[in-house]
Amino acid sequence: MNEIMIETPLTDEVVKKLRVGDIVRINGYVYTARDAAHKRLVELISHNAPLPFDLKGQVIYYVGPTPPPPGKAIGSAGPTTSSRMDIYTPLLISLGLKGMIGKGQRSEDVIEAIKKYKAVYFLATGGAGALLSKHVVSSEELAFSELGTESIKKLLLKNFPVIVAIDCYGGDIFKR
Amino acid sequence: MRKIKREDIVLTVKNLYLDAVVSLPEDVSAVLVKAYEKEKGLSKEILSQIMENQKIASEERVPLCQDTGVAVIFVYWGTQAIYEEGDPMEAFNEGIRLAVKEGYLRASVVEDPVFERKNTKDNTPCILHFEPINGDKVRIVLAPKGAGSENMSALRMLKPSQGLKGVKDFVIETVKNAGGNPCPPIIVGVGIGGNFEKCAILAKKALLRKVGESNKNFAYAQLEKELLEEINALNIGPMGIGGKTTALAVHVEYAPCHIASLPVAVNIQCHSARHKEAEI
Repeated sequence: MNEIMIETPLTDEVVKKLRVGDIVRINGYVYTARDAAHKRLVELISHNAPLPFDLKGQVIYYVGPTPPPPGKAIGSAGPTTSSRMDIYTPLLISLGLKGMIGKGQRSEDVIEAIKKYKAVYFLATGGAGALLSKHVVSSEELAFSELGTESIKKLLLKNFPVIVAIDCYGGDIFKR
Repeated sequence: MRKIKREDIVLTVKNLYLDAVVSLPEDVSAVLVKAYEKEKGLSKEILSQIMENQKIASEERVPLCQDTGVAVIFVYWGTQAIYEEGDPMEAFNEGIRLAVKEGYLRASVVEDPVFERKNTKDNTPCILHFEPINGDKVRIVLAPKGAGSENMSALRMLKPSQGLKGVKDFVIETVKNAGGNPCPPIIVGVGIGGNFEKCAILAKKALLRKVGESNKNFAYAQLEKELLEEINALNIGPMGIGGKTTALAVHVEYAPCHIASLPVAVNIQCHSARHKEAEI
């Protein structure tokens, strides 16, 4: 099957080329965040405090990896269920977040924000954490280290395999 | 009486956990291969990743999934086996603690569910179900259970008048609502009867049955078959993107219940249906 190679950070131009069902390989830096980190990001935003990273054009990967064994960049690192982040996502997209990697369907509010601000939601294979960890070159903890696996980490991805699940035209792989 | 040593419990639990997170039971792997053969396009691509993932996990001893779960342990304790080293629960948790450290597993347990949600850092406590059995052995079945699928599970107290149709509708509704969230293809464990907590435990136990083995009661076996067909006609498919394989199996367990009750629990298991067992 055809694969589209993309690099982060994402631009409108790249996002507009992606269509639901496309197989994509992501290269470059992405940021990890799940429930607890999202809650904190939104709290920082509400206090006009600086964020651990600039959201503009960036991709968030919903993942809480296992700890890296010696000599490895990361442990098992597959996606977690995205819908738990739905409540926080439209705000982040409105502030420049361009992409999300996770698993499972998203709410109508998230889909609307994806369309309005030209973003994209990628599906990675849940339960394939060993395979996906092979596509993570490095991992650096950026913030909230007290959250353990839920801290924000900056990951360098190489040919990370995903499928476009919701595109910027509102196409949704979960709707049939 | 036969003495059960703390050290044996600790080591057995540790090894079961370390094995369970890197390799699937053979029956689960086999049914995933069958699903792969049936699918096409993107759904096939997803199943091919799932199979490749198993290979990498077992060869490199990297967890199959980053969610190494909360360890659910069924302990079948022979009444002729005696434990003289204090609280047996402590030994089980120590096994978990050691596995998490040695295997670089994820600490996914928080101390209290509502207020602080502070991580216990060692993935304890595990969830233990003790049952007495005949004999002097202790059988331990350990299943790391991830939250992605556990969160999509449900329990409902039906009215007896809702009968078979009520049961089927509830199972289908639960699977439909779950969609792609619990990492399909899933295994669906259904517990019917007993009472509120009994049906939930039956549903969990149903997930530990060998994939594809039917209930010994013909009517319940038929119910499993019909539910599997109806679930696979939903076109949820691998990871929810559509396809023929939404469920790999439906396992139903039942128990006697009150004249006024029809409790039903649906416990959903992701494709990474990890469990291992051993006897001491």
